[in-house]
Amino acid sequence: MANGAALEQNTTALWGGGRQPFGVSYGKMMMWFFLLSDALTFSGFLTAMGMYRFKYETTWPIAEDVFTHFPFLHGEHPLLFVALMTFILILSSVTMVLAVNAGHKMNTKGVILWLGLTIVGGFTFLGSQAWEWYHFINGDKGAIITESNTVMYVTPLEGEKAGEIISMYELITGQEKPHGDHSEFRTADMIAAFGLNENMTLRMPGKGVDGQAITLDRAAALQELKNAKILQGANMRANEYGNVLFADFFFFVTGFHGTHVFSGVVLNIIVFINVLMGTYVRRGHYEMVEKVGLYWHFVDLVWVFVFTFFYLV
Amino acid sequence: MSDNNAYPSEHHEGPEGTKWIWKVFWILLIVTTVEVVLGIIKPAALTDTHLLGTSLLNVIFIVLTIGKAYYIVAEFMHLGHERKNFMWTITLPIIVLIPYLTFILLTEGGYMNTLMNM
Repeated sequence: MANGAALEQNTTALWGGGRQPFGVSYGKMMMWFFLLSDALTFSGFLTAMGMYRFKYETTWPIAEDVFTHFPFLHGEHPLLFVALMTFILILSSVTMVLAVNAGHKMNTKGVILWLGLTIVGGFTFLGSQAWEWYHFINGDKGAIITESNTVMYVTPLEGEKAGEIISMYELITGQEKPHGDHSEFRTADMIAAFGLNENMTLRMPGKGVDGQAITLDRAAALQELKNAKILQGANMRANEYGNVLFADFFFFVTGFHGTHVFSGVVLNIIVFINVLMGTYVRRGHYEMVEKVGLYWHFVDLVWVFVFTFFYLV
Repeated sequence: MSDNNAYPSEHHEGPEGTKWIWKVFWILLIVTTVEVVLGIIKPAALTDTHLLGTSLLNVIFIVLTIGKAYYIVAEFMHLGHERKNFMWTITLPIIVLIPYLTFILLTEGGYMNTLMNM
């Protein structure tokens, strides 16, 4: 009977079947199962992008031609800004583990400090992502879009810049594009400038065949240009970087990840307020910090894969 | 309705102190730095060597990424210190399904590419 009474008391600690499955609490296990399904969702997006990238293998835009900006720095710095974003997210993951660690020791001050810093890291990442989107949407060099909706870059036939992308600014004004310039140009000016500059031709985005981007000769370029339009910036229907799906996947994958970061920050703030109010001291444990911590690390984990498959490979 | 928050999960002894956290941080930071440096200089020796249908450089990127993912999941998310049956319950579907989906979609993408160029 004594044993029975002890069991009776403990049923609140146990799941319906009388024991904790896997030695994990209900909330923590459900968080893990949610993350498992979310991982499959993200892998669906990334593999779908891989499929179209394989389909348009030769003309799929190269990330280094697209993401070249770094705040306050002139010139082209591919990869640097995303590397910084990755660093911010890893750092905020570290502060989150430190918060969970402090929670295990019932150290409220430690949880407040580290969880607070995690929230700051989350906002910093979101700000960086807004900056990245701003530059992606506004565009950089500009391109042309032909009647058949093919995007092509302007490039010199000969000279030291042969094969490199010439900005619309440089084509039309003859001067190098100033840092952060977003002036819009007219199609007529582009066609006139292209016609006058005998050294200019068009090339396709992407790595091309055997590492050589597909480049038109001057006559074919003039032919393509007849009904072409100037294209600056990016939206869901067309973008100056190349294939329309490239920008669509960019908006969708990084946007979905950003939504996760945002909801992670919101969850962290809710738990932070509860920490301040002493909710978890009264409850006797800080497992809620651990549960939102799992979600926060997952956001970092997804970014590791987005970083590789969107920017590196 | 029982209160699901009344009792926490069974406690599993992880490493003591905070030293291990910083160790994982340095591993993640160094691996990321290596990836960025390789991505910027793109050594010809690595881009021109082919392995498993892509360049050696891409294979290195993917291996390093999975390495980073392992440290985040096993250490930061503490899954490596949970009971083994729980660990496999979470990781096995991912280990099986994601490579399977990747294989199917990339094969299909390659086939669409061949069709387009016919």
